[in-house]
Amino acid sequence: MSRATSIGRLSPPVAILRHAALLATGALILVPFVWMVSLSIKPPGEIFSTSFFLWPKQFYGVENYTRALTDAPLPRYMGNGLIVCAVILALQILFCAPCAYALAKLRFPGRDLLFGVVLIGLLLPHQVLSLPLFILGYHLGILNTYAALIFPYVVSPFGIFLFRQCFKTIPNDVVHAARLDGLSELAIVWKIMVPMALPAVIAFAIFSVVGHWNDLFWPLIAVRDQSLMPPPLGIMSFKNEEAGNDYGPLMAASTLVVLPLVIAFLAAQKWFVEGMTGGAVKQ
Amino acid sequence: MASVSIESINKNYGQMSVLRGVSLSVADGEFLTLLGPSGCGKSTLLRILAGLEMQDAGSISIGEQVVDGLRPKRRDVAMVFQSYALYPHMTVASNMALPLRMRRFSAFQRLPVLGRLLPGTARIASEIDMEVTRTANALGIGHLLARKPGQLSGGQRQRVAVGRAMVRHPAVFLMDEPLSNLDAKLRVQMRTEIKELHQRLGVTFVYVTHDQAEAMTLSDRVAVMLDGELLQVAPPQDIYADPDDRRVAEFIGSPKINMLDGVLREHGLLDVAGSALRVDADALAGTHLTLAIRPEAFHLAHQGGQGALTGSVRMIEHMGSDLFVHLDLAGINHPLLARLLAERAPHIAPGQTLHVGVRPDRVLLFTRDGRRLRRQAESGYASVTPIRETGR
Amino acid sequence: MSAPVALSGSSGEPPATTRVRIPASRTATPGQRQAFAEALAAWTLAGPALFFLLALYLLPVIAVVLIALTDWQLGGRSLTFVGLTNFREVFADEGFRASLLNTIVYVLVVVPSTLMLGLLIALLIESGRSCRAFYRAIHFLPFMATLTAMAIAWETLLHPTIGPVNQALAAIGLPTANWLRDESTALPVLAIIGVWQNLGYAMVLYLAGLKGIPQDLYDAADVDGADLWLDRLRTVTLPMLGPISMFVVIVVALRALESFDAVKLLTQGGPGHASEVLLYTLYRESFEYLRTGYGAAVAVVFLAIVLTLTVIQVRVLDRKVHYQ
Repeated sequence: MSRATSIGRLSPPVAILRHAALLATGALILVPFVWMVSLSIKPPGEIFSTSFFLWPKQFYGVENYTRALTDAPLPRYMGNGLIVCAVILALQILFCAPCAYALAKLRFPGRDLLFGVVLIGLLLPHQVLSLPLFILGYHLGILNTYAALIFPYVVSPFGIFLFRQCFKTIPNDVVHAARLDGLSELAIVWKIMVPMALPAVIAFAIFSVVGHWNDLFWPLIAVRDQSLMPPPLGIMSFKNEEAGNDYGPLMAASTLVVLPLVIAFLAAQKWFVEGMTGGAVKQ
Repeated sequence: MASVSIESINKNYGQMSVLRGVSLSVADGEFLTLLGPSGCGKSTLLRILAGLEMQDAGSISIGEQVVDGLRPKRRDVAMVFQSYALYPHMTVASNMALPLRMRRFSAFQRLPVLGRLLPGTARIASEIDMEVTRTANALGIGHLLARKPGQLSGGQRQRVAVGRAMVRHPAVFLMDEPLSNLDAKLRVQMRTEIKELHQRLGVTFVYVTHDQAEAMTLSDRVAVMLDGELLQVAPPQDIYADPDDRRVAEFIGSPKINMLDGVLREHGLLDVAGSALRVDADALAGTHLTLAIRPEAFHLAHQGGQGALTGSVRMIEHMGSDLFVHLDLAGINHPLLARLLAERAPHIAPGQTLHVGVRPDRVLLFTRDGRRLRRQAESGYASVTPIRETGR
Repeated sequence: MSAPVALSGSSGEPPATTRVRIPASRTATPGQRQAFAEALAAWTLAGPALFFLLALYLLPVIAVVLIALTDWQLGGRSLTFVGLTNFREVFADEGFRASLLNTIVYVLVVVPSTLMLGLLIALLIESGRSCRAFYRAIHFLPFMATLTAMAIAWETLLHPTIGPVNQALAAIGLPTANWLRDESTALPVLAIIGVWQNLGYAMVLYLAGLKGIPQDLYDAADVDGADLWLDRLRTVTLPMLGPISMFVVIVVALRALESFDAVKLLTQGGPGHASEVLLYTLYRESFEYLRTGYGAAVAVVFLAIVLTLTVIQVRVLDRKVHYQ
């Protein structure tokens, strides 16, 4: 591909062709989103008519969105999602950063073994662990609580791995200087390492929040109560139990569930791409 | 083989002007170096020469041919990049063969499997193989042909990059800081090799560097560039001893040349720092001039007054055969640096008052706007020398 | 768990008042004491994470293997080692075999399609300079969006009567289908959704790969005469994307293997076993039918596949390191 050289600039017809192709693929990609929003503002009559319009003749958005927010406890679902994601993220950073610091900057017997455990954790697909985790949750008596949604994720091997890589790039002299200045090891983690590795922390935060906001598999196993469901599970139960084929409110609910991440993504695209592809290291 | 002619090249990146009216001609077989600090536009000029970028104004000819607007492929130039730009997935042999393959094979013959079945492909391929082997042997990398660039040392990669440029016998060799990625020792060795290569091939070389030593040792002529302008083009010794422009004098030479402000008195005497220096000048009395004196132009004098500067010794650096003496002169902020032979200046101590003399012909005079003031044989003092090309 | 205790470099020593002078030969040297303090600090810092790593990752994976090898049932108090009985049962089950085959087919369809489309779009975006961020954002959107919600949108698109897909097909005279209820279309439709969701991911990885190609190589190709689009693609772009392609293959394959949400929402593996994939089987057997041993055996098979892919990746990537 021709790149930033001045002679490599595309000739106008080629440039137009590029835009045409990308707009076409982009439009195809967006079809489900557009259709979702379109249905969410249509009255049932228009949804079930076989005519094909994106914009409704009769704007029914208020009714659909009201029903999505009242018939299903959608605000509750979103609140659950928020709580669960926030607590998971906070615990992950709390446990991962000190461990990553020890792995990156301290010398101690058993370090390679510890790192080996982290790598094994990194390799395991989480779904494989669901059965023992379910049994563990059962024995702890925490199934069907917020704790059930949170406990499998309190430590993230990926987080430890990512932070360790990042901490390793911070010069040792910074650590030595901090020790001379009288900081304890734990203070070094929180006052020096984490602030210096902030980009990695943000990328990890995005990776973690997106992953857990969107997760269906584990919540499906861990909770039964409507009042505890995070958004994906909530919307599934809304579809199964209440809305059925009443697509207007269902699409309104879907739109509301998808919206926060999409807005956040569009606002901070660069960070999201980094966070989500940094996640590519987790294989 | 070809000469290169560059005429009034301008180049802008957006609002920023990186080359301003650069004109230069390189003789057939000459080794010309573009020398300047980073960001002076020398690499851009080289890339324009190669056809990797296009000038906004001006014209370039290689040999008899005007090459403006021609793709690099059509220019009969080869280039060695700073990063060597070897294709990491290809063996040394394939790297070196690529320019030949791209030129001698048709598009069909280059098809992955089918191409080999076409008539003529095998014959051309074996010719290419032979030429690659010959070139590689000439450069002493014949045993590396099957390796990939990742398995080579820095010096070996550098040779492969040169080989890839050499293999198709271009009319002009372009080199963009080819030695800057090597360690100091290897750099000196490769410098000699490039010099020998130029002598052996006898083709035109245009070489970009920011390293004075490289420029001085390699070149037939050096073109000094600064801020997108060509300041002087001359043989290395002239660039050093006879600079046209104050900025050239300041850029070339290490330690840096001393710059002093003075006022011309009558009869070739110049008032500077409380002393009067005899200079080769009889321009109008009262003219403000800048004197530039190389540190090694000074010698110890027995007394101050006419022809010598007087100052107090601030610091002495022992360099073995030489002493670098830093002198504080009256009324001048920055110290004067004199490089004296150690054996001739045995007992200098900090705080001591010292007289240093300088021969009139070792004092370079510049007008306040930085242009060189030269004596012209007939008419006494010339006004100002325009940018000129000397030598060749 | 509480946060780890703060430690200073000297925390390994007893308080000064109780310190007893011991002959020099028997005390630890300052160096040893410092090493001990550092080790203590390290284990204190890493302790909580290690505890959870063991409790939530290492022990569960051992447990799942053990459960797969015994007849233990959920809530059961006894267990006996039954060897590979569970695995034999699993592989004898036509449903599982269909699920395994479906998963393989799904991965084999999704991975190449995702890669090629992702690469194509990345090349298109990178070929010009305008609107890069815009196009990247659009194509990346499905990867971000909650798949559960988007699956419902797909369901309405594919709805046999009111879905625009069938309406459009009917309008131009092509045959329509009940996409999600038809044995021959259910899995392909899920595969399309998989490609739709993941191609932005592949695109972003390729964009990063393209950015990593030094401009010098393109310049060298120019000077060497490879200055046509196709020549540059063949000489520089594609070979330089080789290592990242390997990476993308594995990562997308792992994501394809782990697809679950769309199956659960749209087809529940049906009709019959036509769209059942491994993870859905794992979920249904373990948590709907509560067939613990069977579910655990499926989990072990799933794990084996994932680990095999990972080993391949590590091997190949290791070899590719010499590339640069």
